[in-house]
Amino acid sequence: MSPTPASPLHLAVALEGTGWHPASWRDPVSRPRDLFTAAYWAGLVAEAERGLLDFVTLEDGLGLQTSRFLEPDDRTDQVRGRLDAVLTAARIGPLTRHIGLVPTAVVTHTEPFHLSKAIATLDYVSTGRAGVRVQITARPDEAAHFGRRGIPRIDAYDAPAARETVTDLFDEAADYVEVLRRLWDSWEDDAEIRDVVTGRFIDRDKLHHIHFEGRHFSVKGPSITPRPPQGQPLVTALAHDTIPYRLVARAADVGYVTPHDADQARDIVATVREEQEAAGRAADPLHVFGDLTVFLDDDPARAAARRARLDDLAGEPFTSDTRVFTGTPAQLADLLLEFRSAGLTGFRLRPAVLGHDLPAITRGLVPELQHRGAFRGAYEAGTLRGLLGLPRPANRYATA
Amino acid sequence: MSKPLKQIHLAAHFPGVNNTTVWSDPASGSHIEFSSFAHFARTAERAKFDFLFLAEGLRLREQGGKIYDLDVVGRPDTFTVLSALAAVTEHLGLTGTINSTFNEPYEVARQFASLDHLSGGRAAWNVVTSWDAFTGENFRRGGFLPQEERYSRAKEFLATAHELFDSWHGDEITADQDTGVFLRDAKAGAFVHQGQHFDIHGRFNVPRSPQGRPVIFQAGDSDEGREFAASDADAIFSRHTTLEAGQAFYTDVKRRLAKYGRRPDQLLILPAATFTLADTDAEARDLAKEVRRQQVSGATALRHLEFVWNRDLSGYDPDGPLPDIDPDVSSRHIAEGRAQVRMYRDPLATAREWRELAAAHNWSIRDLVIETGNRQNFIGSAETIARTIDEYVQSDAADGFILVPHVTPTGLDAFADQVVPLLQERGVFRTDYEGPTLRHHLGLAHPDDLRDRRAAS
Repeated sequence: MSPTPASPLHLAVALEGTGWHPASWRDPVSRPRDLFTAAYWAGLVAEAERGLLDFVTLEDGLGLQTSRFLEPDDRTDQVRGRLDAVLTAARIGPLTRHIGLVPTAVVTHTEPFHLSKAIATLDYVSTGRAGVRVQITARPDEAAHFGRRGIPRIDAYDAPAARETVTDLFDEAADYVEVLRRLWDSWEDDAEIRDVVTGRFIDRDKLHHIHFEGRHFSVKGPSITPRPPQGQPLVTALAHDTIPYRLVARAADVGYVTPHDADQARDIVATVREEQEAAGRAADPLHVFGDLTVFLDDDPARAAARRARLDDLAGEPFTSDTRVFTGTPAQLADLLLEFRSAGLTGFRLRPAVLGHDLPAITRGLVPELQHRGAFRGAYEAGTLRGLLGLPRPANRYATA
Repeated sequence: MSKPLKQIHLAAHFPGVNNTTVWSDPASGSHIEFSSFAHFARTAERAKFDFLFLAEGLRLREQGGKIYDLDVVGRPDTFTVLSALAAVTEHLGLTGTINSTFNEPYEVARQFASLDHLSGGRAAWNVVTSWDAFTGENFRRGGFLPQEERYSRAKEFLATAHELFDSWHGDEITADQDTGVFLRDAKAGAFVHQGQHFDIHGRFNVPRSPQGRPVIFQAGDSDEGREFAASDADAIFSRHTTLEAGQAFYTDVKRRLAKYGRRPDQLLILPAATFTLADTDAEARDLAKEVRRQQVSGATALRHLEFVWNRDLSGYDPDGPLPDIDPDVSSRHIAEGRAQVRMYRDPLATAREWRELAAAHNWSIRDLVIETGNRQNFIGSAETIARTIDEYVQSDAADGFILVPHVTPTGLDAFADQVVPLLQERGVFRTDYEGPTLRHHLGLAHPDDLRDRRAAS
């Protein structure tokens, strides 16, 4: 899916703790003691929905947060601990009406059968607004939480020795998504017939074993959960390199990428599209969203000062895999439109301080984009796929 | 002085994927739309029930190599739907059945701890085990577990989960914005577990939840299951529902508690029970008969007879006599994913007994299945049902009941409107919730209080 100059942008917000800056919890606007309550998360998503955003993502992980590369730290000066993202999204489902809910799920140690029915159920409880962000983990300490297999320690994702491990984890992720998708289709939409005359509740010819056999798991199916409202809930993944771009191209509906300028954005989009073609999916709609971390204020100097103050509290300058934007909503709108012209179809913004930068997005950036005709003025569809212009897919097993 | 009246505990079991649930009733709604779950949970909360209960099965049942199609098929993910129900209720406990065979402790512990946080302390876990390779075909693990190890894995699974819950004590998070100390303990959540089934270590990543640990249910009825309940559970989901069988079970299980240093009130006995409610007892009896015929259609009767015969009986007339041929005891069972078939340990004897019964009463196949199948429990007017439930509880056949209506999602409404007020008038059921957590509703101590009490004694 390529943007035309007139096509509106899609906007998502990535929710993580009190924000993406490690000292965000110390900002007076933050409520770190409420992090483990439903009301905290419900409030954030309500704010995002007020801003007509397409969806929120919720971060997750199978270990404590860490400032080190693939190993735990023992730090006590940053937020540690989190709630399961799928359950948090489900808790918010009945409290919202339009916004998509996209929890992160780690696919390295978990069961595709369980996650498939969990996301299908999230789609039921939100009446068609569910997605999932699949994530691999190469942390040996997280592998030890499961004790099922060891993961060799790697020092950098691009180190030659890491290549094999990372490729393997992403291949497993692709298999995992294939199982999710087959299970979602393992019931045809009209499988429930309630035929009183013959006494049959279902037409079992419309339920399908999926017969998946892969290197890491085999799954027979069908799902215990009927096909969810969207048919296929949204599958998304964050990607920084060729191997994950391939996962996005093979398996996702939305990929998040991290260009630092428009030229990089163009290159990444071209790579993803090539991989998409190689995977035989060229005709399928696939959104490529840019991830950006944002410090927003009406006065650019104030945004910069806020960032400097948080860096002081953290004791080190903020770094990120994404471009870090510091400035006004209008300046950010300029940047997003420039990136759109490079081929991105939407953005996932990571607020540096949720309590400050999320309202700055919904009440500053959104009106700015609306004013320029680049963002919706009202929710125009009842499902997340609908908001993203994605059709409800036909069932791969349906013969009619 | 007479014994003080026991307070009754009541729970609502969302109608399951078996033939107790009558989907052919015109009032029967969706079994999968969230609106059905929300209606059911709100009714239970309006009636001040202790909790809602969800069963689980991780593979669709098959019979004769084909997916079983006569009962309700399809249900949601347990954790996900319970978390969503926390949004539409305020007090109701949320009990989910989660399998200890096809899960890992770290993941299940973080899901229950999360559910407990997200519901403000209302989570409960019905720990079940299975070993069958049939279900295992849906999982990484496959069907690896020898039958005799299922309780040892379940016990170790639960013990490991408790170690994870207890790895945070509840006072670690200071989140002091001025001093910059978020955690007062750099090792919060640290755990090491080495055992026969699990060898894991690291840091648990969900801080202590309101209830400390979810309330633990156990559902097995074997000697091992009872022992597991006596040592580890807060409540038993049992199936003994006649007065005498209930009393015998109650006495047996409560007697086992002492050896684990536990008091009788630390384990609640909560049998599953159906009810058929009408204006008069006579009308209720007629209605119960009608429901029973809806639950056991001719096709269902033949399929249930196959549980014992282990043969394809589709050529038989359900309104005719029982088969002359004997059950096939030599081959793999044709019904898969069904615990029920294990009850028939000697199919030849059961077949003989059933033929005699049918001959004596002139029963057809369908009549026999209706008469010998799951018993209907409480049948009568609201007054009769309230009185009977109260009698069962006061005479120690149970501490309360997990009620299973036969119609989704409105099957509980009349009970809430008619029976509950009578129990309240009798002074044996709460008129309002007295605390925020499920432990409050069930009269169970917080695990930290138990620990402190042990430390003090």
